[in-house]
Amino acid sequence: MSNPMNLTALRTIWIKECTRFLRIWVQTLVPPAITMTLYFIIFGNLIGQRIGEMDGVSYMEFIVPGLIMMSVITNAYSNVASSFFSAKFQRNIEEMLVAPVSTLTIILGYVGGGVARSLIVAVVVTIVASFFVPLNIQHFWLIVVTVVLTATLFALAGLINAVFAKTFDDISIIPTFVLTPLTYLGGVFYSISLLPEFWQVVSKANPIIYMVNAFRYGFIGVSDINAYVALGVLVLFNIAFGALAWLLLNRGIGIRS
Amino acid sequence: MTKALEISGLKKTYRGGLQALKGLDLTVNEGDFYALLGPNGAGKSTTIGVVSSLVNKTEGSVKVFGYDLDSQLADVKRCIGLVPQEFNFNQFETVLQIVVNQAGYYGVSRTLAKERAEKYLTQLGLWEKRNDPARTLSGGMKRRLMIARALLHEPKLLILDEPTAGVDIELRRSMWDYLTQINGQGITIILTTHYLEEAETLCRNIGIIDKGRIIENTSMKALLSKLNIETFVLDLDPYDGHPTLDGFTMRELDNHTLEVDVPKERGLNRVFEQLSAQGLKVLSMRNKANRLEELFVDLVEQGRNQKESVE
Ligand SMILES: Nc1ncnc2c1ncn2[C@@H]1O[C@H](COP(=O)(O)OP(=O)(O)OP(=O)(O)O)[C@@H](O)[C@H]1O
Ligand SMILES: [Mg+2]
Repeated sequence: MSNPMNLTALRTIWIKECTRFLRIWVQTLVPPAITMTLYFIIFGNLIGQRIGEMDGVSYMEFIVPGLIMMSVITNAYSNVASSFFSAKFQRNIEEMLVAPVSTLTIILGYVGGGVARSLIVAVVVTIVASFFVPLNIQHFWLIVVTVVLTATLFALAGLINAVFAKTFDDISIIPTFVLTPLTYLGGVFYSISLLPEFWQVVSKANPIIYMVNAFRYGFIGVSDINAYVALGVLVLFNIAFGALAWLLLNRGIGIRS
Repeated sequence: MTKALEISGLKKTYRGGLQALKGLDLTVNEGDFYALLGPNGAGKSTTIGVVSSLVNKTEGSVKVFGYDLDSQLADVKRCIGLVPQEFNFNQFETVLQIVVNQAGYYGVSRTLAKERAEKYLTQLGLWEKRNDPARTLSGGMKRRLMIARALLHEPKLLILDEPTAGVDIELRRSMWDYLTQINGQGITIILTTHYLEEAETLCRNIGIIDKGRIIENTSMKALLSKLNIETFVLDLDPYDGHPTLDGFTMRELDNHTLEVDVPKERGLNRVFEQLSAQGLKVLSMRNKANRLEELFVDLVEQGRNQKESVE
């Protein structure tokens, strides 16, 4: 097929994606900051003070990594899902399809856009968090690797969702019925060691558990799950979702008749 | 002579079972200005879709400047600039963003893309609008935007699917001039249209497609020479009795209107001579209908009858 790495095309798609979410920053960058501020005030500050410590740190400190992760997940997902779907819907996806742009380039460009947005959001939310709690960083590079892998994974998932979506509703169904429950049950607000044995095992089937724990380990050095096992799981999921996205787009599912 | 486009045995069955192309053959030479005509739903856009790799073909082969669509897709894509039938740009992006990004997808550097954007947007009268979001353009401007976008990587073959649909006459003529001009610079052009006048003015060769097959593939000249009989409607001063016209078929519609079939080689003089000899005064005259349009309808009908007799 086309040159697998058309760098000019890749840069073009990536810049276009970044321009898009920056142009509508009120919809893309402000809401996570507001939501997270509310979480910090309500759960962290008001309720957290009554909870006391979790895993040896204040409740506020405990939930900060999970909340950052939560915004990374939703922003990576929704950026790619809505941008790719709207490219399908307005048919400007055809601009890429008629040009010698490889499937890999399209995926990297869109996922790169989603990752860029979620990293910006992660930084914004982290800054907001630092007003509430002194930030403590134990393993800086682990934090970086985890956040990038997580953002990539959910950007890929958003892309796959958009490939199958036929209406705008179809790109909100998965976030509402799958992503939100998994995130809330993914150990953002509690340590899974609090759960009965059975539910601990069930929880480990939830991939978000691994990301949240690896990320939290990077901040507070405490985790329910070995951080390197978690990274391994993340890498495997990325490979699987990446391969699936490539297969779907290469066969033209949802984009070529 | 190099072939800009060579399609053979092209078939396309859409998901759901509709067979839009049933073994289509088409050849367009380099430098040609080619019109693809056909009624709604004939398969013009499907053919263009396959060539521009927006539609997966079911069977058959497509070559663009000798490159094979299946094995040399990237080369095929670089040769083609596409102006699709429907607007397909991001309505929220600006004119400049749209054309510069398109060039980027073809690997044109940003600096060069901006230079070319100025050149083509100026030529198409859109440079003033470069910072406006596409959705704020008028229909005719949107069409021209799609032409500029298709030219930015400087393709050898420009394919336009109904480029003048919904474009006013003045603008249509200026688009014709523009297309003629770039064809003169060596770009091969294929366009589909429902305006026969457009095909007649612009194109050297013409293909007529109906129900997924090419039913006529000829030069515009050869096609027009088939039009050797024209029908004229004459408006006369009201008369009594019945006029006669030697050597012409004629119908009297009422006591002041005649319809006369005139073979080209015979000319009109003898009609007027005979009428004035009978003391009849011709007030005005017009062509009965667009002859090309009639011919087109005839050809499509003939094609359908032939096919029925084969099947
Ligand atoms: N995506 C699609 N899925 C299913 N059928 C399709 C699709 N696109 C076109 N068709 C069908 O294929 C046939 C040919 O359509 P096509 O768009 O190629 O016609 P056309 O010659 O371009 O017509 P028009 O002059 O109206 O643009 C039609 O019957 C149409 O309904
Ligand atoms: Mg069409």
